[in-house]
Amino acid sequence: MKPQQNILPDDDGSHRLIGISLGACVMFFLILTRLWYLQIIDTENLMDQSESNRLRFVPVAAPRGAIVDRNGKVLVSNTPSFSVAVIPQDVKNKDELVGNLARYLKLDRQEIVDKWTKGQGRAKYYPLVVASGITRDQMEFLEENRLSLSGVNIEMKPIRAYANGELAAHLLGYLGEVSEDELGTERYKDYNAGDYTGKSGIERSWESFLHGTDGGRQIEVDARGRFLRTVEETNSMVGNTVMLTIDVEMQKAAEEALAGRAGAAVAMDVNTGEILAFASSPNFDPALFTGRIPADKWKGYLEDEKRPLENKALRGMYPPGSTFKIVTAIAGLEEGLIDEHTAVDCPGYYKFGNATFRCWDKKGHGHVELRKALRESCDVYFYKLAERLGVDRIAAYARKLGLGAPLGVGLDNEKGGLIPTQAWKLKRFGKRWYSGETLPVGIGQGYVLTTPIQLASMISTVANEGTVFQPHLVKKVVDSDGKVIKEFQPQVLQKAALKPQTYKLIKDGLFAVVNEPHGTGGMARLSEVKVAGKTGSSQVVKLRAVKGDIPYKYRDHALFVGYAPYEKPEIAVAVIVEHGEHGGSAAAPVAGRVLRAYFEQKGVIKKPVPKKAVTAGEGEGSGPGAPAPAPGSPAAPAGGVPAATLPAPPAAKPAADRPQVH
Amino acid sequence: MFDRRLFTNFDWTLLVVVILISAFGVVNIYSATSSYREVGHPYYLKQIYWIVAGVVLCLTVCSLDYHMLEDFAYWLYGGVLFLLVLVLVAGKTSMGATRWIHLGFFTVQPSEPMKIVIIITFARFFSRYPVFKGLTLRDLLYPLMLLGAPVLLIMKQPDLGTAILVAMIAWTILFFVGVRWSALATICAAAIPVIYGGWRFVLHDYQKKRIYNFLNPDLDPQGSGYHIIQSKIAVGSGGTFGKGFLHGTQSQLRFLPEQHTDFAFSVFGEEWGFVGCLVMLILYLFLILWGLGIAKRCNDRFGALLAVGVCAMLFWHIVINMGMVIGLFPVVGVPLPFFSYGGTSMVTSMIGVGILLNISMRRFMF
Repeated sequence: MKPQQNILPDDDGSHRLIGISLGACVMFFLILTRLWYLQIIDTENLMDQSESNRLRFVPVAAPRGAIVDRNGKVLVSNTPSFSVAVIPQDVKNKDELVGNLARYLKLDRQEIVDKWTKGQGRAKYYPLVVASGITRDQMEFLEENRLSLSGVNIEMKPIRAYANGELAAHLLGYLGEVSEDELGTERYKDYNAGDYTGKSGIERSWESFLHGTDGGRQIEVDARGRFLRTVEETNSMVGNTVMLTIDVEMQKAAEEALAGRAGAAVAMDVNTGEILAFASSPNFDPALFTGRIPADKWKGYLEDEKRPLENKALRGMYPPGSTFKIVTAIAGLEEGLIDEHTAVDCPGYYKFGNATFRCWDKKGHGHVELRKALRESCDVYFYKLAERLGVDRIAAYARKLGLGAPLGVGLDNEKGGLIPTQAWKLKRFGKRWYSGETLPVGIGQGYVLTTPIQLASMISTVANEGTVFQPHLVKKVVDSDGKVIKEFQPQVLQKAALKPQTYKLIKDGLFAVVNEPHGTGGMARLSEVKVAGKTGSSQVVKLRAVKGDIPYKYRDHALFVGYAPYEKPEIAVAVIVEHGEHGGSAAAPVAGRVLRAYFEQKGVIKKPVPKKAVTAGEGEGSGPGAPAPAPGSPAAPAGGVPAATLPAPPAAKPAADRPQVH
Repeated sequence: MFDRRLFTNFDWTLLVVVILISAFGVVNIYSATSSYREVGHPYYLKQIYWIVAGVVLCLTVCSLDYHMLEDFAYWLYGGVLFLLVLVLVAGKTSMGATRWIHLGFFTVQPSEPMKIVIIITFARFFSRYPVFKGLTLRDLLYPLMLLGAPVLLIMKQPDLGTAILVAMIAWTILFFVGVRWSALATICAAAIPVIYGGWRFVLHDYQKKRIYNFLNPDLDPQGSGYHIIQSKIAVGSGGTFGKGFLHGTQSQLRFLPEQHTDFAFSVFGEEWGFVGCLVMLILYLFLILWGLGIAKRCNDRFGALLAVGVCAMLFWHIVINMGMVIGLFPVVGVPLPFFSYGGTSMVTSMIGVGILLNISMRRFMF
């Protein structure tokens, strides 16, 4: 045995070996601690991260619910739209594929390449839409040529189909992609970029019911984003059907009557507040807004002076003009300032201080009492009444009738109009109210502003004698199984609580407006049903000085509010024709058409099936012509001519307690 | 020369542990590569070939008396150093690094044998160098020159991982020999400007980036920080018992980088969990402590130094690789001995084990 050969004479290094061993143990313990941290303490977090690494959610949009009219006629539904998508991970030869697609679809090569490049950042399993809205023929052609198109998917996506084209476009609204700003909001918290949502009208207000429940697939991908398998799939649930209170025939009638002009017409059930027609003219094409609207169309809409994009029935604020005289008259009667015999002399103007307020008829109306004042729309009568009432008392009655605040029809951005008071002016302008300002308020000018829907509600309240219903557009919501989810009952907003005598006198006057000689609303008359109403023309600008042809945008707005049947009111109508000049000639016929459609639907009026009948009907309407002259032609069968024998309506109850007014 | 005692003294324990680890490695490589579309032999099979070849080499190494190495030490050192120079002059470049040279019909990576050669060289140097109360600065002059030359050459390739390993192996031997505190302090003080200079002038951008990313991997989660993040996710998501063999989503779906080589342990951690990792750690620690035990039992200075060196080599590979996989150390390309796929690593490690076996079975020879 050799002597032990030490590293150092006095040191075999064994204590350092122990040190090294301990060092190794410490290092391993450190690693173990770290493993403990990762695998025991932080494991849930890291597990989640590994899951989100491999799992992706591909949403599948639910088909939207349909919108139907009160009789179940479809207004908006869905139609399949085919689009061509490529799935990059399955494409073998990109260049060749682009070439084939361009040839088959007759598209520009570059267009396809651009769309492809734009979507390059996404995962490779994600279908990349290169052409949308292809025709069925094109789709079939692609299907036949599948072999040369590996990596191409034809996707079916439901898009909105508007059964009647532009009909009721403002009411129905249009769809669009959720905007970036909206994505961050509570309302859209469940939406993803690229999802469609209602942007206006019913589509917007009833989004949560119409949208349905999106489905989706949970898929597994590898590190390169390639699709491996579907882990889980949830089906989408079609949205609910929204049944409107609208009657599509009446809506059509209203829109046809307004065609070519700017304006709005609203028809309402006076006993429930259900809106039967809700027209704003001109319309726009809602289908254009899904996807990208062509620039020239958009520009056209924006530059059109008739403002097709504005929902005038909901948001148009117009001076009510003479239709407001109903309010002034009610205020006068209720406050005891006038009765049916209170008379005023109208020389064609009214001097107030050193200002002269003109009556619309320069010749003057002579001796005027309430009935005549309404029938012939004498301004002087109402100037004087307004002066005695003062603005605040007029405002109080306007509010009782539901004016001056949004009614809550259930669409976004409803306007409230404006009913001025002394306090309002002080607050708004910091100036006190001048009594001279009260006079125009009495005839619905000055500061007064109302929306068509408010006017319809107002005349409806007069018709039903005191109940302000909440106007509403939706009758019920039904789910895909036909189960009713929501049903709307009439809602009473407030009661006007006026004396029965007041209604009687006002209604009598409104009857005269439509049915008597010198009445301004003759063109709303129907042969089979008695109509009552009030015309109005509201100044856009004070431009009486202009001679000759007044430029379109300075012409007066034409209005008409009315209801029918006179004896037992069912339906109220409010019409405004922008720059239509005269309520009697421009707005009243529109109301007449809407009312006619209503009674045709009910079967009270026979539908004019032969073309001839239509012209006959119209001849009757336009025959009596303008407010002034009594119809000379005996074409009109019923209500038109016999003004003299008029106040003996053989109808129901109102006749009994009605005094003979003349 | 073939004494019967050699056979009776053969260190079966050591060999069994190594083969056990290697077997785990094969199983793990099978899983790590099961998602690969392979051409030719599957990786796990090739790894088995390498293990067999490694064991044969290992037995060959231990059949020759390790004392022979003492005579060839400087020749080996000179030869490998020459190859390292040759690599820089006429090497094969792949992926920005020049690590290989063609030697006729095959290529070699001379930085790899340097790990063994530096052990032999240091063992040779210190086996005949008298030390009193630790090495002084003056004593360290030649050893550090012997170390510095290959380290700088390897860094120049650039192969930071191997350079660090070679240095760590050498320093472990120095520590075993004993270094005076004064010398250590002086070197540390001197190291600061050297490290600064190295950072500024020697390290490549990608190497700096790795260090930056190690310090804050979230800086660039899709880019260079990706490896560390994905590896940590893999290991951590394994939890206590793992996701099960072939069920690691991180590995099967290829979220892990180089998952059959440098990141093999992260696949293992995902599929076998904390319990599996604990078993592996115990096996490796056992291997190291067993190796150090061989050094302790060894009767001659050269053998003890060799054994410590081999243990250091294995130890630093393990620590650096695992540290990298679990996010303790920056990403440097260091394989896990016997466990990562790869012939080079297997051969080097098996030669190391051969040396340990050699020393172990000859401990009664003197």
